[in-house]
Amino acid sequence: MHFCGFCRGCYERAKKPGWGGGRCEHGSPWHPRAEACRMDSVGDTLQRLRETFSAGRTRPAEFRATQLEGLGRFLRDNKQLLQEALARDLRKPDFEAEVSEFSMAQHEIHLALRNLRAWMKDEKVPRSLGTQLDRAFIRKEPFGLVLIIVPWNYPLNLTLVPLVGALAAGNCVVLKPSEISKNMEQVLAEVLPRYLDQSCFAMVLGGPEETGQLLEHRFDYIFFTGSPRVGRIVMTAAAKHLTPVTLELGGKNPCYVDDNCDPETVANRVAFFRYFNTGQTCVAPDYVLCSPEMQERLLPALQSTIARFFGEDPRSSPNLGRIINDKHFQRLQGLLGCGRVAIGGQSDQSDRYIAPTVLVDVQETEPVMQEEIFGPILPIVNVRSLDEAIDFINRREKPLALYAFSKSSEVVKQVLARTSSGGFCGNDGFMHVSLASLPFGGVGASGMGRYHGKFSFDTFSHHRACLLRSQGMEKVYSIRYPPYTPRNLRMLLVAMETRSCSCTLL
Amino acid sequence: MEHQVQRVRDAFLSGRSRPLRFRLQQLEALRRMLQEREKDIVAAIGADLRKSEFNAYIQEFLTLLGEIDLVLEKLPEWVKATPAKKNMLIMLDEAYIQPEPLGVVLIIGAWNYPLVLLIQPLIGAIAAGNAVIMKPSEVSENTAKILAKLLPQYLDQDLYVVVNGGVEETTELLKQQFDHILYTGNTMVGKIIMEAAAKHLTPVTLELGGKSPCYVDRDCDLDVACRRIAWGKYMNCGQTCVAPDYILCESSLQNQIVQKVKETVKEFYGENIKESPDYERIINLRHFKRILSLLEGQKIAFGGETDEATRYVAPTVLIDVDPESKVMQEEIFGPILPIVSVKNAEEAIRFINEREKPLAFYVFSHNDKLVKRMIEGTSSGAVTVNDVVVHFMLNSLPFGGVGSSGMGAYHGKHSFDTFSHQRSCLLRNFKREFVNKLRYPPNSQSKVDWAKFVLLKQFSKGKLGLLLLTFLGAVVAVLVKKYQAVLRRKALLIFLAVHRLCCPMNSRFQAPALLRVRLDTSEE
Repeated sequence: MHFCGFCRGCYERAKKPGWGGGRCEHGSPWHPRAEACRMDSVGDTLQRLRETFSAGRTRPAEFRATQLEGLGRFLRDNKQLLQEALARDLRKPDFEAEVSEFSMAQHEIHLALRNLRAWMKDEKVPRSLGTQLDRAFIRKEPFGLVLIIVPWNYPLNLTLVPLVGALAAGNCVVLKPSEISKNMEQVLAEVLPRYLDQSCFAMVLGGPEETGQLLEHRFDYIFFTGSPRVGRIVMTAAAKHLTPVTLELGGKNPCYVDDNCDPETVANRVAFFRYFNTGQTCVAPDYVLCSPEMQERLLPALQSTIARFFGEDPRSSPNLGRIINDKHFQRLQGLLGCGRVAIGGQSDQSDRYIAPTVLVDVQETEPVMQEEIFGPILPIVNVRSLDEAIDFINRREKPLALYAFSKSSEVVKQVLARTSSGGFCGNDGFMHVSLASLPFGGVGASGMGRYHGKFSFDTFSHHRACLLRSQGMEKVYSIRYPPYTPRNLRMLLVAMETRSCSCTLL
Repeated sequence: MEHQVQRVRDAFLSGRSRPLRFRLQQLEALRRMLQEREKDIVAAIGADLRKSEFNAYIQEFLTLLGEIDLVLEKLPEWVKATPAKKNMLIMLDEAYIQPEPLGVVLIIGAWNYPLVLLIQPLIGAIAAGNAVIMKPSEVSENTAKILAKLLPQYLDQDLYVVVNGGVEETTELLKQQFDHILYTGNTMVGKIIMEAAAKHLTPVTLELGGKSPCYVDRDCDLDVACRRIAWGKYMNCGQTCVAPDYILCESSLQNQIVQKVKETVKEFYGENIKESPDYERIINLRHFKRILSLLEGQKIAFGGETDEATRYVAPTVLIDVDPESKVMQEEIFGPILPIVSVKNAEEAIRFINEREKPLAFYVFSHNDKLVKRMIEGTSSGAVTVNDVVVHFMLNSLPFGGVGSSGMGAYHGKHSFDTFSHQRSCLLRNFKREFVNKLRYPPNSQSKVDWAKFVLLKQFSKGKLGLLLLTFLGAVVAVLVKKYQAVLRRKALLIFLAVHRLCCPMNSRFQAPALLRVRLDTSEE
């Protein structure tokens, strides 16, 4: 029996006649009738994972490497299946799937496998005079039970990349894929567990209600990718158990375009990143800030870029995806009414198509400037100068990413220095995310914590301070003991002056 | 309150707190304050905890002065951007991680070390370029007052503000939006802080307490172990978050430990402990009564004397303590040292793991293997072997808890990192747009393959050399192809030249003759 006993896939299958409950392959009891039973089994599952963790099973480097290799195999063996799921959920073009999902995940796995032992090593720290003879180091320990909550927009990448970090760091993981990208959810639920050790990994499926119930359980770390609204809920739930969190949220990422620019190149780059994944990217440039003159030059360039990218009729282009569901489609359709449509603007409910759109004459107060767009709509807001643009950016919540285009590196550096954001890319879109050597994460309303590459490993590791002393030298240390005398204090001060900060003589 | 926070935020937005020079200058001013006003501050701490001048100086000032010195020395290095490894597409661009200030930081101090636990985070927050609102504990009111008075005299008054008050003011303060909150205190309030922070999505560092176990192995120098434990336990009258909370040992060791701790206490504080200037008092009546209640029904090996008028509790050791009794259920935070006997190290590990993860864990043993096993078998904010508390003072180690003992860490560089946002920056230019054609739609399979190669190959310097070699190889190949005819004509000449270069010994005599022949033919 391949049923894990608590996921929706099993639940659906178990409802079919011919299987009357019992135990799944991990031995957790399963009763197909009652919904309540399913949540109970979540408790059982967590208990099972905790036991695995406390037995120390996930700690050896070999075990971690095996899991990572399993993830790599999962990607290779099921590429077709995963591609189809992405196509069905988002009609994601193969190129985008390859670049943003498969390659990045594969690269993370590869990087973690190659560096695992180096990352796991104790980190020696400088010692002070008083601890010269001791060993002082920082040990990277797994937290324990980690919960990863995944959104629907990059359902594979945002599942695997955090998962790689959590497993590499030696944790047990509960994965909650998005119920909105349902095809991917199904593939993950059915296939992924086969490639991982069942004692350290579990999946829980469901919508907001199930997630809410899941969050009542205690975890040792929660990694959440999604909206700020849900981020608050997750952090509030985490507070009850004092669970540390990483929140990867979104935000309106400004894109400043200076007058001193080549409009064709800017149009290429902005349009590419805005319409990538049909605009459903948390780091996509959300709106353009530029002068009216630049707008005049940018519009025809954008027009021709869009035509070149997606053909005369973007609807029939295989390179443009679709909106994930009706709710988001309707929200985006509403946003099309803001300002004036300069390019695109068409939409079709029947296949949730929204044309690559550029809006002009947009007011700050309109809805399109109030919420993260998360769709193929690019509003252009006019500012008169660089200072005004920076003021505009700083008046709002800190974005996840910020983009500045200018031939003058002075201007780019100024935007960088005078603003704050999770990441920054000058003269391009979200290229910085593709680098595993750069931390990916937000600041302020766009989130907290960071991951990718080694940063993932560090995120999912507790940095334990370790100081190993000997029992000798008691005579020297006794100057720290009471009764305190001025002489002792003087000696301590002398010790302090020999090197800055040798107060450890205490 | 809202107005006050806004004022600090405005000051931060002015950008004044950012330049390195300003940060250094503020830290120097802070150091000056500690040096010039030492007497006043020591007196205030003394009034709060009946702490002697020496104790105050050693426990609070030394750590801070050391920290400031370290930051002054290292800060110019810390504020620099770290270059990041690049992949092929952006090989010629700039990629780095830039530490940036978060904004307005709220630091909530605790009363047990009223100076250190407020100012040490402050040092980190200033170093990282933030504006700071400090809320000293209202329980240690004298220190709170003196800090509110002195800090504005030395530091920038708009950027670094002290807010005094009790629960009501703190609640009001927590409604405001901050960019980071560092709280030192207990687990219950920690949860409240994090919940309040969640409303504004503010990251938190929580420095909470917990029952830090101390395992004493049979194979260790008991004299030294007991001295060190007694020192750490009775320091500040037991009101230290990293103090060893209880001892775990084999039952045969119990009596020896009691004896040695007793001797040490006598050595430290004399016959009449009440008279010793080195022994502090419990902070207030509420805590005094709480500690008293912990003694109920326990077997007191020595100590146990109390005096409500002066809130004095003698250094106490409890033996044969039942793990289910009240003293083993909460953080003691007073001069009471329970000894719980276990059969062996494995049982001790189990005992520890059955409870919440502690802030610190101490092991005393000569046996390296056992020490290793104990560290690997448990989890805690920090471990110190063969000593207690000192890891707190080594500021190259991160200080922080895990699980219910807190989250996040600070001290030294770790403070700087805690109060900084690590912003990833990639600066490209408009050139080489043709390379980008690869990524733009319309797409094809070959594009997919190229993108895979280009995006994901990371290059270290060694690999770059390899790439260069490949490139040179390609250039040579192209040249060879182009000048094939010429080469064919000169083939022999080239062969000879190479031959001569490679094996000069053999070619010494033959070459000239052949060369002549070759030269003749090439004239044709």
